[in-house]
Amino acid sequence: MSNLEDLYREIILDHYRSPRNRGELESPPALRVEGFNPLCGDEIVVYLDVTNGTLSNIKIAGTGCSISQSSASLMSAAVKGKTLEEVHKIISRFKQLMTITEGTLEDGSEPEPIDLASMGELAALAGVVKFPVRIKCATLSWNTLVQGLDEIPA
Amino acid sequence: MTSFDARRVRADVPLLRRKINGRPITYLDSGSSALTPRSVIEAMSRYYELRHANVHRGVYVTAEEATATYEGAREAVGRFINAPHPNDEIVFTKNTTEAFNLLARSWGAKNLTKSDAVVLSVMEHHANIVPWFQLRDEIGFEIRFLDVTDDFRLDLSNIDEALRGAKLLSLSSMSNVLGTINPIKELAAKAHQAGALVAVDAAQSVAHTPSDVTDLDVDFFCFSAHKMLGPTGIGVLYARRELLADMPPFLGGGGMIADVSTRGFTPAKGVARFEAGTPPIAEAAGLTAAVRYLEQLGMANVENHERELTADALQRIESHFGDQIRVIGPHNVDRRGGVISLDVEGVHPHDVAQVLDQFGVCVRPGHHCAKPLMKRFNLAATARASFGPYSMTQDTDTLLEALQRAVELFG
Repeated sequence: MSNLEDLYREIILDHYRSPRNRGELESPPALRVEGFNPLCGDEIVVYLDVTNGTLSNIKIAGTGCSISQSSASLMSAAVKGKTLEEVHKIISRFKQLMTITEGTLEDGSEPEPIDLASMGELAALAGVVKFPVRIKCATLSWNTLVQGLDEIPA
Repeated sequence: MTSFDARRVRADVPLLRRKINGRPITYLDSGSSALTPRSVIEAMSRYYELRHANVHRGVYVTAEEATATYEGAREAVGRFINAPHPNDEIVFTKNTTEAFNLLARSWGAKNLTKSDAVVLSVMEHHANIVPWFQLRDEIGFEIRFLDVTDDFRLDLSNIDEALRGAKLLSLSSMSNVLGTINPIKELAAKAHQAGALVAVDAAQSVAHTPSDVTDLDVDFFCFSAHKMLGPTGIGVLYARRELLADMPPFLGGGGMIADVSTRGFTPAKGVARFEAGTPPIAEAAGLTAAVRYLEQLGMANVENHERELTADALQRIESHFGDQIRVIGPHNVDRRGGVISLDVEGVHPHDVAQVLDQFGVCVRPGHHCAKPLMKRFNLAATARASFGPYSMTQDTDTLLEALQRAVELFG
């Protein structure tokens, strides 16, 4: 049985109550990207400022549940000020966190253990995979960020 | 004589014996789908075990029995909603949504023109909005929306104006979000006076209040079996006989024709014209059993039982939580059903539902396929608890206990 405490860790509740990087950036110059979860009506707006290959600023607007809001806040704190290369690495580690559960993969091999220690506060989202319907809440802001990064000219 | 005892209904529903997260299930999502009693499940099993055959085809014994089972459901449903001519008025669809699509695509496409108007309300389920928009986008008629008042009732202040020149008034008899019961009989009389026909979305009311299409004097009446203790996969469109006789087919295929040649086809007469392909036969057997079950309980008894439960729940939520939890719906049980939408201060409905799940409490978070209504009250979503005939005050006890935990966790 999965406990509520696995999902609603203190860090998550903290980011929900006091979201980081909340607000808007003037767009343009900032990139503005919207993400929707049509099933529950949640929506998120991510503002990105990229200068010289670095994500120099990020702001988050929109409404949603504690998981989608805290995940967006945690994401903003994790990627702000990082180079785009580092941002992509963080995204890929987060996605790994959301997809790999206990046990073995389809080919029978053991999944590569995720180094939770290296993930900082993001590790608090690890409990979400035990609640499959909530994964889409946690990934909404990240998918919106990815969509934004894809729009940045190489 | 009918007798009603919620404990007996509870004992008749196998699913209510389940434990969720170590606790007995507290099912408060009957507004979404009502749980099936054993007699319904057995009726469907009996069809598969004893008389599984296609309908309206074979001449062998089981095929005739299958046809009798299927057609028997039409009689049962007709009796349940007091349709005067069930065999010419009850069409089986997949669900309420398909019933509305049939109505729009058949009656609507034939009778509506660019200069016509259809009247809906802001509290409608998307099933009674989107098919009309789809047709409007092709034909170009006007769609008017009756508003909802701040105390969650239909705003009838401009009803005469709204009905002027309208061809159809299509309304929910009970809101799936607010629980509000609309005065269909009075509105049907007004609409007819104005020259409009009346369609009713009875999906939410059919299992909770008596239905009488003759007394209401309505022209179309749509509902789903799975909200009235029956199986999924079968719904009903009632259409007044003389209107149905003039409606063109909706889906084409086998079973709905009188003749087909290489030049074209002639549709069958009567309800068969709307039932292309092999219909939901086992589900029809289940629906008959559900009708019988509800008839034995007595719909007036079900209504009284749920009204008592709702009054008790509304009173306890208010006294326990005060301003922390807002009920999005009438606070008075007068003309109100057992659908209770909650807006918990500072807690998103998904989080409410998640905490409730830990207590084995099943509620529905979301916009309930009623986005115009959500927008009307500036909400993205609510957490909705809804009662069925098997619900008891102990369900409300657990709901309150779980809501208290949600408030504490996020407070």
